[in-house]
Amino acid sequence: MNTVLLSIGVLLAVAMIGVAWLTIRATRIATAMLAAGLVSLFASVLFLFLAAPDVAMTEAAIGSGLTTFLFFFVLGRVRGGQS
Amino acid sequence: MIRRFAVFLLLLGLGAIFADLLLGYTPSEELNLTARYYAEHTAQDLGAANIVTAIVVTYRGLDTLGEVTVLFLTATIIGMVLARGRKHRALQRQLPAAGELLTTGSRLLVPLILLLGVYVFVNGHLTPGGGFQGGAIVASAALLLLLTDPLKRFSHRLIAVMESVSGLFFIGLGVLGLVYAGGFLDSRVLPNGAFGTLFSAGVMPIIYSFIGLKVGAEFTSMLTHLAETEQS
Repeated sequence: MNTVLLSIGVLLAVAMIGVAWLTIRATRIATAMLAAGLVSLFASVLFLFLAAPDVAMTEAAIGSGLTTFLFFFVLGRVRGGQS
Repeated sequence: MIRRFAVFLLLLGLGAIFADLLLGYTPSEELNLTARYYAEHTAQDLGAANIVTAIVVTYRGLDTLGEVTVLFLTATIIGMVLARGRKHRALQRQLPAAGELLTTGSRLLVPLILLLGVYVFVNGHLTPGGGFQGGAIVASAALLLLLTDPLKRFSHRLIAVMESVSGLFFIGLGVLGLVYAGGFLDSRVLPNGAFGTLFSAGVMPIIYSFIGLKVGAEFTSMLTHLAETEQS
């Protein structure tokens, strides 16, 4: 693995840790959900750089797509039930 | 205080394990025995351009059958749990209409997302991706429809029929492999065809398309059960 790929990988890993920290520290619940989706998105880009496009696709479709949408869907449900 | 200390110790232990893994890691220069077999034999034996798909559908087809079964069980259990107490329709409240942007955007995007999902699982043997990824993309189109109009209802009968028929065809093609080719889920029931074209790799693209339909139907059934819990 050459230097460019390595530095991109390290950058993505640091970004993932930062966004994961934001997920558990965010005060607004919507921010936490978006940050959790962003962790998956960075992970899928990292998988792509590690030459695993199949895994990257699964991660992008389920981890950052479907799960984030589902969180928002349920959040809307819960808020609707309170009113 | 003791709890914090325990958490700290746990983190330290995990860190030590991972540091050990990282320090002991040397990138291997050549493929190991199994990987080399797959890399050398997939193209000429099965005719699939995507080795991952060849492993998932044919070499390790039985594992995939297990995964699909687990997903099916999950969808069934979610349906069973959420179906309780759906009888009383007291909570039929008025929802604010979805914004113009969301409505128009979903009208534009849903066909494109469906097309992408179908493309991904039909071309599973040529390009990265396949049944599971394509199924998830198809289900995200259904989710977008539900976001636009939470009261929208999908036909449960259609979803159930699609799911069961895909499962039956998956098993049926596997049994055909047992009769006409080397074993259960062998893809060489049909001729391999020209390498890298859409109609190649035997029944592999057909099996993966059925897996895609099945996974998409299962995810969609989970989403619709979730959407129907409160209102109907």
